Amino acid sequence: MALLELHDLNKHFGGLHVTNSVNLALEAGEIHCLIGPNGAGKSTLFRLILGEHHPGSGNIFFAGENITALKSFARIHRGLSVKFQVPGVFKGLSARQNLEIALQSRHRGAELAQEIDRLLAFLGLEAEQVQTAGNLSHGQKQWLEIGMAISLKPRLLLLDEPTAGMSPEETHMTGEMVQRLNAEGMTVLAIEHDMAFVRQVARRVTVLHLGQVFAQGSIQQIVADERVAAIYLGQAHA
Amino acid sequence: MNGLVSLFRSLEGSQTVGRGPGFWALFAIVLAIACAYPLFSDGYTVGNTVYFFVWVFIALSLCLIWGYGGSLSFGQTAFFGIAGYGYGVLTINFGSAYGFTFVALFLAIGMAAMFALLLGYFMFFGRIAGVFLGIVTLAVTLMLERFMAQTAGPEWRIGSARLNGFNGMSAMPPLTIPWPGGPIVLIADIGLYYFVLGLLVLVYLGLRILMNSSFGNVIVAIRENPERAEMLGYDIRKYQLITFVIGAALAGLSGVLYTVWGQYITPSSMGMTAASLPLIWVAVGGRSDLTSTVIGTLVVLAAFQALTIYGSQYALVFMGVLLVLTVLIAPNGLVLGVMNWLSRLISRYRGAK
Repeated sequence: MALLELHDLNKHFGGLHVTNSVNLALEAGEIHCLIGPNGAGKSTLFRLILGEHHPGSGNIFFAGENITALKSFARIHRGLSVKFQVPGVFKGLSARQNLEIALQSRHRGAELAQEIDRLLAFLGLEAEQVQTAGNLSHGQKQWLEIGMAISLKPRLLLLDEPTAGMSPEETHMTGEMVQRLNAEGMTVLAIEHDMAFVRQVARRVTVLHLGQVFAQGSIQQIVADERVAAIYLGQAHA
Repeated sequence: MNGLVSLFRSLEGSQTVGRGPGFWALFAIVLAIACAYPLFSDGYTVGNTVYFFVWVFIALSLCLIWGYGGSLSFGQTAFFGIAGYGYGVLTINFGSAYGFTFVALFLAIGMAAMFALLLGYFMFFGRIAGVFLGIVTLAVTLMLERFMAQTAGPEWRIGSARLNGFNGMSAMPPLTIPWPGGPIVLIADIGLYYFVLGLLVLVYLGLRILMNSSFGNVIVAIRENPERAEMLGYDIRKYQLITFVIGAALAGLSGVLYTVWGQYITPSSMGMTAASLPLIWVAVGGRSDLTSTVIGTLVVLAAFQALTIYGSQYALVFMGVLLVLTVLIAPNGLVLGVMNWLSRLISRYRGAK
């Protein structure tokens, strides 16, 4: 059964048709990448899924439930979680406190402290735990926010450009982490421009263009698609 | 014993400056001095000190909403006024027998809180944030001031309580404790001093516990990044509304105590000057910390009063200068700056040893 289904989703910003009758079904357990040129409507689609924007028409189903009218926090309670494009950490608080805020609704007391320690170790941020999150490097902020997002133990993890600003090694490590999380049963939907990352993790790829689903298939099919090369991947992959 | 230890734990945390035996020893000393102080002073000075204490609650309300929550409310004086007038209307009508003044105290605070619930609901669920929140709250307090200003005529009365416009409402009974040997009246003197000091300690410690709890964590998270906080599953508007209502209740407590202290309240207590002064105390002290707010408020108030006595109108100009200097030199607050500097000094000294 599909974990997430988008039915005929439409969104206008003034005269701009940013999401144009998008249909998308995400199977439980898959890693799905969303690619497309700038302005294709990828981040808007994320905001619609998360409830930050509301669609003009269309429906969103999560695990069979229509969540189109639910508020964002309620969608998170259903099992969604997100890492934003611009790292959304609590800049004035320590890295440890960032994770505490993410974890405190599931754990208390000594158990909470243990969970934070475990997550810090998993993210490789043990040495930075007392640092103010705003002073971390860009990559570390990305990791910290990914940590907050996965600490909710979501059924579906949305990643908006998880590897932006990361070195090739860091990108590869992020890819491995995503695969590990997926092996534990987490479904992942990622927006990504880094094709190395997409090749590494994606089982299926959807190309968005001008607010519409332009192409969909395995990474091999997408890379081989001349129409995709023409609008997005360009000569580098042709 | 274990309960006591865990209570002490919950008083400390990353949200408040000051922890460990050293801090609490200092706290105990200051408290002991505050308790002994009326024995070495005269009734007038003690009464004057109560006046300073009265304002700390509205400062703490701003510390909570603005410093911790990140929403600048410019209109805490609206709740101050509602509760102050509320107490006046209730006690002038129903008197002070059977401990009713304390019932009136709670009812008046309740009115302010209910008003905040209504106003806050429309603001937070209508997604009014940032500078607009400040504008709306300021408009509300100024509107209330304008409204009360035109109630001088005899037709403006609630029961036997005349609202009295700018002449002010007066002659409400002070807080009165019913007692077998005759009621104890807390006039602006030693009795009221201990009552307000007790409240101050309770509120300060209570807020410390609140801010270091998981609730406090969420409040600070909303200040830092509301979108992220919501995407961790927190219903941020609910948290903002609760904080706003608690803040309004504290401002209301200030209003009641002020009215009780002078047995007098006028529309000016909701006016522009009244609305801006708490902002200055809190900004100068250090809005994101409870202890800094308390110390800052008391110091600035004492300085302000001294200046008013000697320099009259210049005191307000001085307040403005102080605010500008704070924003330029120590944007997080002067007292907080000094406290952080001290704690760095102490830890360096410990490290050197």
